[in-house]
Amino acid sequence: MPAAQPVRKRRGILGALALISIAIGLYWGLVIAPPDAYQGEVQRIMYLHLPSILAAYLSYFLVFIGSCMYLWKRERRDDILAHSAAEIGVLFTALTIIEGSIWGRPTWGVWWTWDARLTLTAILLLIYTGYLMLRSLIEDEDRAASVAAVLGVIGFLDIPLIHMSVYWWRTLHQPPSILQPNKAPWENIAWPLLIPLLINIAAFLLLLFYLLSLRYRLGEMRDQIRTRRLEQSV
Amino acid sequence: MEFIKQTLLLLWKDLLLELRRRDSLLTMFFFGTLLLFVFHFSFDLPPDRVAEMTPALLWLAFLFTGTLGLTQLFQVERENHCLEALLLSPLDRGALFLAKSCFNLLLMFLVEAVVMPLFWILFNLQGWNLLPQLFLVTLLGTVGFCVLGTIMSAITLRARARELLLPLVLFPLMIPVILATIRCMETIMSAGELGAAWSWLRLLLGFDIIFVTVGILMFDRVIES
Repeated sequence: MPAAQPVRKRRGILGALALISIAIGLYWGLVIAPPDAYQGEVQRIMYLHLPSILAAYLSYFLVFIGSCMYLWKRERRDDILAHSAAEIGVLFTALTIIEGSIWGRPTWGVWWTWDARLTLTAILLLIYTGYLMLRSLIEDEDRAASVAAVLGVIGFLDIPLIHMSVYWWRTLHQPPSILQPNKAPWENIAWPLLIPLLINIAAFLLLLFYLLSLRYRLGEMRDQIRTRRLEQSV
Repeated sequence: MEFIKQTLLLLWKDLLLELRRRDSLLTMFFFGTLLLFVFHFSFDLPPDRVAEMTPALLWLAFLFTGTLGLTQLFQVERENHCLEALLLSPLDRGALFLAKSCFNLLLMFLVEAVVMPLFWILFNLQGWNLLPQLFLVTLLGTVGFCVLGTIMSAITLRARARELLLPLVLFPLMIPVILATIRCMETIMSAGELGAAWSWLRLLLGFDIIFVTVGILMFDRVIES
């Protein structure tokens, strides 16, 4: 298909950019940047931990946007977007929890603790795993898209409430590294540490969009197969 | 006005069916009582220790019995294609949602009204005078549970293994309600009044209001065939 060629090329460039920026970010974070004054070398996990949770949050926001658009306009592409973003969000959330455990063991002394932000992340994983299970258990594609979109919206609306409740429940996690309400980003974290962090965040976002475009294409192809099958059976 | 009339009519239909068959109410009531026995055998604690765990145990029992009721909620409509008939009739889908939520709420309310005093009797607990307050908090939590539960019950309606899927999608979303009700009940049981737990109660109310609104607005997207 000639029309698909430029898209494919652009996707390739996106992938290459993601790969290069991750390589730079990791090299900077693991080799160039100085170790943390208190936590030492182990703090370098931050350069993966924070970018992956940001990528996960962005994915869930995209699920919400895709779901809203699908409920409104009923176009297949919005549903494919929501479905793809949910899968990638679950991937990044799982990564965040694994990295967090590895970081938590030497700094807090435990693999897991029922702190507010950890709990919220785990609940997000549960909600969106449920979303994916729901999709896989409904055979009728349009029906699945429709109810999954409702779940995508409700899940997202529930997040602030869950956030509030688990925060009142307990908090132990270190405060946010970059964005704090009454301080500028560069006052919370020293420049040598902030630069690799920002590079890694950009790299993970590039990776997110690369994976999203791949997964989106997969969704489109599945749709094409489905319509062809339908045409043949008619 | 028309909306309320439709809701009441649908609710009356479900109540009449339940009155004639008594499937859901009896199973839910029996299951709730059964859970109390299971809890008692598994913990076997003195009354003062049980008092600390009362809110959590009660809410576990309500969650499980409530889920049992939710799986049956649309089951009646699947027989003889009743759901299709309901959808063909000129009903507001929001009214259908509200009626189903109220029906499940009523069932759970009746079960809770029996199970809570029974819990006090079986575990030899003190503080009977706190029961009305505890019951009020439970009721607010149950509203949240029934509202979101009705939406999720309709969402999983056409899925394979829907009885298994329902709690998987429902429970993570229910965490604010579970936390808020249990904290409120703990405060009432330790301090005798709501006091510091007011903010939890507000959270609970907020949850109820948000999801009643979402349910009424979005139910036609959920239920359409």
